Amino acid sequence: MYVTLRDRPGADARTGTVVRRVSSTVVLLGVVSLLTDVSSEMVASVLPLYLTAAVGLSPLAYGFLDGIYQGVSAFVRIAGGYAGDRGGQPKWVAVLGYGASALSRLAMLPATGFAAITAVVTGDRLGKGLRTAPRDALIAEASDPGALGRSFGVHRALDTAGAALGPLVAFALLASVPGSYDSIFVVSFGFALLGLAVLVLFVPNLRPATGAARIGLRRALRAIAGRPLRRPLLAAGMLGLLTVGDGFLYLSLTERDDLAAGWFPLLYVGTNVAYLALAVPLGRLADRVGRARVLVAGHGALLACYLLAALPTGGFGLTLSVLLLLGTFYAATDGVLPALVSRLVPDEARGSGIAAAQTVVALARFASSLLFGLLWSLQGPGASLLLFAGLLVAAVPAAGFLVRGVGHE
Amino acid sequence: MSDRWRVVAFGAVVAVVLAGAGGYVWHERTRQADELRAAPAVPTRDDAAAVRDAPHLVFRSTALGQGYGSVALVSLDAPDGPRAFTPAHCERVYATGTGAVCLSAERGLVTKYRAQLLDQSWAPVRDLPLTGIPSRTRLSRDGAYAATTTFVFGDSYANPGQFSTRTVVTGAGDLETFALTVDGRRVTSPDRNFWGVTFAGGDRFYATAASGGKTWLVEGSLSRKTMTARHADVECPSLSPDGTRVAYKKHGKLPAGQWRLAVLDLRTGAETLLAETRSVDDQAEWLDDRTVLYGLARAGEGTATSDIWRVPADGSGAPAIFVHDAWSPAVVR
Repeated sequence: MYVTLRDRPGADARTGTVVRRVSSTVVLLGVVSLLTDVSSEMVASVLPLYLTAAVGLSPLAYGFLDGIYQGVSAFVRIAGGYAGDRGGQPKWVAVLGYGASALSRLAMLPATGFAAITAVVTGDRLGKGLRTAPRDALIAEASDPGALGRSFGVHRALDTAGAALGPLVAFALLASVPGSYDSIFVVSFGFALLGLAVLVLFVPNLRPATGAARIGLRRALRAIAGRPLRRPLLAAGMLGLLTVGDGFLYLSLTERDDLAAGWFPLLYVGTNVAYLALAVPLGRLADRVGRARVLVAGHGALLACYLLAALPTGGFGLTLSVLLLLGTFYAATDGVLPALVSRLVPDEARGSGIAAAQTVVALARFASSLLFGLLWSLQGPGASLLLFAGLLVAAVPAAGFLVRGVGHE
Repeated sequence: MSDRWRVVAFGAVVAVVLAGAGGYVWHERTRQADELRAAPAVPTRDDAAAVRDAPHLVFRSTALGQGYGSVALVSLDAPDGPRAFTPAHCERVYATGTGAVCLSAERGLVTKYRAQLLDQSWAPVRDLPLTGIPSRTRLSRDGAYAATTTFVFGDSYANPGQFSTRTVVTGAGDLETFALTVDGRRVTSPDRNFWGVTFAGGDRFYATAASGGKTWLVEGSLSRKTMTARHADVECPSLSPDGTRVAYKKHGKLPAGQWRLAVLDLRTGAETLLAETRSVDDQAEWLDDRTVLYGLARAGEGTATSDIWRVPADGSGAPAIFVHDAWSPAVVR
């Protein structure tokens, strides 16, 4: 099996290089993510209804369930990244992660009680945390160092396509077998299994050329805390602290505008479309002008997003602009971060480095959400968004200063 | 493994998944169709108006087949007798002598939820604002106020994009904007949540307030926008017709997600556990001053069917089915 994905031929001709393809491994990993995201999003899109309508969880119990969602992933992510580096088997760590999530779908079938569902949801999250860093390390290993941004862009675009398809599949299923949540879980397991099969059968277990020297915990830590990564991590953490969760942005849109409220569940689709369309172009841009630069500049889109969302009146055009800007922000940051980090750490510590960066960002955003939630309850969404926008105005240039010269090939 | 074998192996996985998942869905489809055909028709009557003239129960019919999800009425004289269907379809319904409030879900690519006030002929009067999955609803006896509780997306502070509740009373606003006092102290923590309103006449009401993992019965004033905690560990209160007691879900030391029905005497503060020992996650309704009604999903038969049960309010006796294939009871006297 040989898969290629070419960019526009004209662009390749202009740069004068030989025809550059995104590695088949990257595309295969993208397909794995696509299938897995179809699987997870089809469950995620019906889970609220299933838990409240079919299982009969009350709000408080559900809130408790949410708490578990968050914390688990951050810790396991680092463990997954390091395990991939340490054992030199990033593929099989990823297999473990994808496998755990796949099995969790099947475990939804007999799970009826609150405790059982909690365990299943936690299993899924553990799997997701475990697989992300080793998979991103594989993407980096398989890619031409000069085209890392594009590779991650291709992967994230496929991933997002899966996330967009999942709810459609779930809807079609529920339309044909009304109320049969079990059918959703079984089909979801099927998609997860296909993704796992692509990963196991076709994705090579790439390891760095220097793979013989297996990295110890101390050296991994040194690589993470090392000088090349320090300033980018600081910048990413600082910007993460000012990144308000999408939930809050969507909610601020619904507060000012009946239109957005009516279409609430569709808001994320607008974001996904922009993300899908821009992941590859912005990845390529990052390769050309510097990944750190694009990563920081992406927060400019976030800033614009805050300002538009803080306006007192809404409307279709404004709502759509906010969603597209949010998608642009994700396209400029989500795949670009691992692309940046994977060139700043030694090859054998790549998984650990990517995991560390993603964890820093995740924790910073979590703290930001807590803070923003507090502000929101004190002074409402508009003023809180303006405050975050003001801080971001200062933080973006500061972050740009921190990462100057970083990540240029 | 050679490339050829990999492709063969992948083909095998695809075939197994297609056969397995496709077969399962097909099996479910035929099973549902068979069940529908085999479902005994519930006895019905056509004189909804006549039922309405006497004391009656308004509920959501969950009998499989025709009328599933429709609002139906039975006379309180013969609760498990023939039911009269109305044209309204609701996930949850509550009714008084003056009208009804209906929480419904339009399933589609995006499931849209609505809350509507219905008049005496079950025609929609107006839409209430609703921003999430409907959970509880109550109408004040004079029809002046309607309360809806929904699960809201993206409104939980620690977990953006996830859930919390929002309870809105028409004409009085979001309960989150009310002042909450617990043990003489104002609670302003952002994790406050409110649900399960029960109206007490005039502008008084009771509801559940939660913060920091605790729940309270709160008594509130709609005009002053205040709520004061009266008792701990009370969820989804329901005021008795004589206004002296509240039936509610008590979590106590049960495992997460389980509740026991209890009654609190508001005059003495005495708590009585009811004879129903199964976990009940519903806002109870009073049949009269001695009996409490609540919905329970029917065990072992999937999740679509449920019954309305009755149990004495003084802790004595035993639970019994009040109406088969029913959910979301509202007693109209």
